Amino acid sequence: MTEQSTTKKFKKNKKRKSARQKDMIKWAWVLIAPTFIGLLVLNIIPVFITGVMSFQSVSTFGESLFIGFQNYIRLFQDIEFWSSLKNTLLYAFIQVPATVVIATILAVLLNSKMEGLSFYRTLYFMPMLAAPAAVAMVWRWLFNSQFGLVNQILQFFGMSGSIQWLSDPNVIIWSLIIVGIWSNIGYNMILVLAGLQEIPKTYYESATLAGANKFQQFFHISLPLLTPQLFFVVVTSLITSLQVFDLVYLMFSNTNPSLINVQTLAYMFYNESFVLGDQGYGAAIAIMLVILISILTFIQLKFQDRWVHYDI
Amino acid sequence: MYNKLTKTQKTIIHILLIAGSLIMVLPFVWMILTAGKTIPETTSIPPTLLPDSFQWENFTRAWNVLPFLDFFKNTFLMIIVRVITTTVFSTMAAFALAKLEFPGKKLFFWMVLTQLMIPPQIYMTPHYLYAQNLGLLDTVAGLIMPGVVSAFGTFLLRQYYMQLPDELMEAAIIDGASIWQVFWKVYFPLAKSGIVALGIFTALNSYKSLMWPLVVNISQEKLPLSAGLALLQESFLNDYPLLMAGTVISVVPIIILYIFFQRQFEEGISTTGGK
Repeated sequence: MTEQSTTKKFKKNKKRKSARQKDMIKWAWVLIAPTFIGLLVLNIIPVFITGVMSFQSVSTFGESLFIGFQNYIRLFQDIEFWSSLKNTLLYAFIQVPATVVIATILAVLLNSKMEGLSFYRTLYFMPMLAAPAAVAMVWRWLFNSQFGLVNQILQFFGMSGSIQWLSDPNVIIWSLIIVGIWSNIGYNMILVLAGLQEIPKTYYESATLAGANKFQQFFHISLPLLTPQLFFVVVTSLITSLQVFDLVYLMFSNTNPSLINVQTLAYMFYNESFVLGDQGYGAAIAIMLVILISILTFIQLKFQDRWVHYDI
Repeated sequence: MYNKLTKTQKTIIHILLIAGSLIMVLPFVWMILTAGKTIPETTSIPPTLLPDSFQWENFTRAWNVLPFLDFFKNTFLMIIVRVITTTVFSTMAAFALAKLEFPGKKLFFWMVLTQLMIPPQIYMTPHYLYAQNLGLLDTVAGLIMPGVVSAFGTFLLRQYYMQLPDELMEAAIIDGASIWQVFWKVYFPLAKSGIVALGIFTALNSYKSLMWPLVVNISQEKLPLSAGLALLQESFLNDYPLLMAGTVISVVPIIILYIFFQRQFEEGISTTGGK
């Protein structure tokens, strides 16, 4: 092949490539178009609308008036906001770690080399399948102070059987946390189990040869290798738990005098925006929720290298 | 964990797991038992464990006081449409993000990523306003609307396509395939497990969602199961046999589905959460 023909071929190639590139760009835009338009209309624009609304007073007739920071000022002076914030944080900071610890223990047990374990997996997974509406109704019944099963069982074991699970202002948030843990264990367990199953068996075999017992194996092999999975579980669970609404809405009626001791930010948002019709004020609550989630997620990302091992 | 366990260790593991599963299953058992009782039976002290004779009419009563058939129909429609649109649109966008070069790619990817962290409450009022302006309030179409695309699904499937080698595309292009053929014939079939996972995830999430249905629809016959149950509870606060019968009706179909598709469900959960 002469030098000339090589250059010619190269030029031709280059030209064809750019035609192909144009083709690629065209196809790429076609492929992303539905999602791009969808996200723009359904997600991006709404974020800005809510942002603007948080500076407005919106009447039920849809007329809005710009009122500057007044919604936020009102929010910071609102006892209901502070107690909702406190309840949300208490719920998230207890429900998430408790769920993750229990789920990890269960996953480790289920990962043992034994027969008949898949049956348990099915059972632990069941709460995941029920809609929160169903879960909340069942637990409202279980927690019934007079006829509920929980108090009856406590009484049977000689404990106080008259706990007002759904109305005692000091207890009510714990009822929410218990149901939150119960309904999230299955999900986290499946995730941790998937992580455990990826750990090469040879690690355990050589550890056994070296004389390490089960607990040593767990703390020195499983746990460090699981940290990326656990990190993911904690970050996503925290985001979800900060938005808890369904359980609060269904377990406690809006006439419950202790509602202020259990209502969360998402519940307050719903109540202000769609029950009381104060959409501007509701928008300010939604913005605070975004800020809260961003801060907590950012902190976790920042401190992940303190405990997460990506490669060992 | 992978070496042999002694008999005592096995027994301990079984005891722990049984104790745990009792706590997980007891609420369901109590739900079914209560659904078969009469009201006086539920309010007797000490409580009766088993119903004297199982009151099947609680189920027909629940089924008749509220339009459960419509609840099922609306839930089903919402799930079907959302699963189809999110999986199709997400897989298209995800392929472009993972395998193609185009102007605007960074911006689009940034758009997808930021949406992963944002709580849905922030969209709720604008979505309500959309539905109002489009005449979709109190319709099944309004119910479906917010879930037709998915940033999460796009991100998830992008990760899937990223794992597949680029060489497949180069080889197919040399063979004269168009970009669409490369996507549809070469990569799409290889991402199937991810797409199934996303489908199950979308279906479960739609089935569970409560706030949006409560916001957008008012008429009983336009509600999905989740909001229908909320309505049942508001209307029959202390008729626990009726409430539990309604709950059983809402939970049983999905548990049956789970029993048939257990592997896909669990893979769906672990892949959507894992990678």
